[in-house]
Amino acid sequence: MFALLAGAASAAEVTVAVAANFTAPMQRLAALFEQQTGHRVLASYGSTGKFFAQIGNGAPFDVFLSADDETPAKLEQGGAAVPGTRLTYAVGRLALWSRTAGMVDAKGEVLRGDGFDRLAIADPRLAPYGAAAVQTLRSLSLLEHLQPRFVTGENITQAHQFVATGNAPLGFVALSQVQVDGRIGEGSAWVVPAHLHEPIVQQAVLLTKGRDNPAARALLDFLRSEPARALIGRYGYDLARP
Amino acid sequence: MSGLLAPADWAAIGLTLRLAMATTVLLLLVALPLAWWLAGSASRWRAPVAALVTLPLVLPPTVLGFYLLVLMGPDGPLGRLTQSLGWGLLSFTFTGLLIGSVVYSLPFAVQPLRDAFEAAGKRPLEVAQTLGATPLQAFVSVVLPLARPGLLTAAVLTFAHTIGEFGVVLMIGGSIPGRTQVVSTQIYGHVEGMDYAAAHTLAVMLLVFSFAVLLALSLLGRRRMRVLP
Repeated sequence: MFALLAGAASAAEVTVAVAANFTAPMQRLAALFEQQTGHRVLASYGSTGKFFAQIGNGAPFDVFLSADDETPAKLEQGGAAVPGTRLTYAVGRLALWSRTAGMVDAKGEVLRGDGFDRLAIADPRLAPYGAAAVQTLRSLSLLEHLQPRFVTGENITQAHQFVATGNAPLGFVALSQVQVDGRIGEGSAWVVPAHLHEPIVQQAVLLTKGRDNPAARALLDFLRSEPARALIGRYGYDLARP
Repeated sequence: MSGLLAPADWAAIGLTLRLAMATTVLLLLVALPLAWWLAGSASRWRAPVAALVTLPLVLPPTVLGFYLLVLMGPDGPLGRLTQSLGWGLLSFTFTGLLIGSVVYSLPFAVQPLRDAFEAAGKRPLEVAQTLGATPLQAFVSVVLPLARPGLLTAAVLTFAHTIGEFGVVLMIGGSIPGRTQVVSTQIYGHVEGMDYAAAHTLAVMLLVFSFAVLLALSLLGRRRMRVLP
């Protein structure tokens, strides 16, 4: 894949590493960006930790859309990202979700009952959404009570998969995974109030490899634009002040 | 040594060894009759079954794991069966991992056994039977010793393959410490979490241990084979 990306790189192409939770909106954003600017977007989707390792070892990405704000800062300190180019493109929202209609009530009271034997979360060590889920349970004083029921996905995609296949009756997922055009697509969900956990600040950064690529800078500008922000909002993200 | 690794790492090591040993024993029990049948049967089902047994080699492990997750889930046939028996779901349990590991390593156990049985041929079994042995006696006392190198290879490959198993466990494990969190997923977690020091320590231990086991078995196998005519 890398050979392919490198071979195709030219001035009007931008290679982007994108956090997995942002896959769906990025596909729409990329199409819109290509339409508006004529540049081409080559996007890779994966976990933030994996991209950190790859970028540190010479992966040919111009722009990185991280699932957190720590990794872009770390890349900047390490010299792999261009200082002063970090921007918050989305603020993630957490949802408690079940594929069964009516299982999750609008206030998340289901967590206090015994109607479920497993609770899917993303690994709190690795995934910002997993960390936010743990913080939420701690805010509700339910962490110790519910920890034995955790089944942990490597990332938020897997936590969603555990619930979507019914192997876990409910779980904490990214709102963007279950929200389609402003409402919950399937099953039942509780949109976790943002004050129950630290904000899931997702930052983008220009990588050193993309420093002289006009398409890379154009993409970062595009993420700040009103049409892009409106689209991101529809996928269940909050937005930072422009 | 214990200072270098977290308790979760030690739990993962213990669990990995238990899983690899249980998988090896269970898989040999499954693979012996299966390989024997594949080596000697004239059934028209032989070729399709042989192809089926080899299929786990084709699918990427995470994809295989995903289908096992669906199979073990409440809508899957296996999940329906276990739930109707009152066992609950097998995903995220040790039993679930064991089943996944057996499926995942099936070709690695069946193939060497089948080759060994085919090399030995039907003749020794027939001779033993004309000398009055029952088919089972003949199989245990004549065919199995002849197939010993294949048996050893099957056991080593299964054990090693399970130690290094990753994608399947990642998909159906749920990373529960002491129950489904194995060494390979733990190393991966350390790498993803950018804790490279812990990842290196665990990876080196895994490599050294695996090398030692494989070397010991290989030396053992050679010595045993020299005894044979």
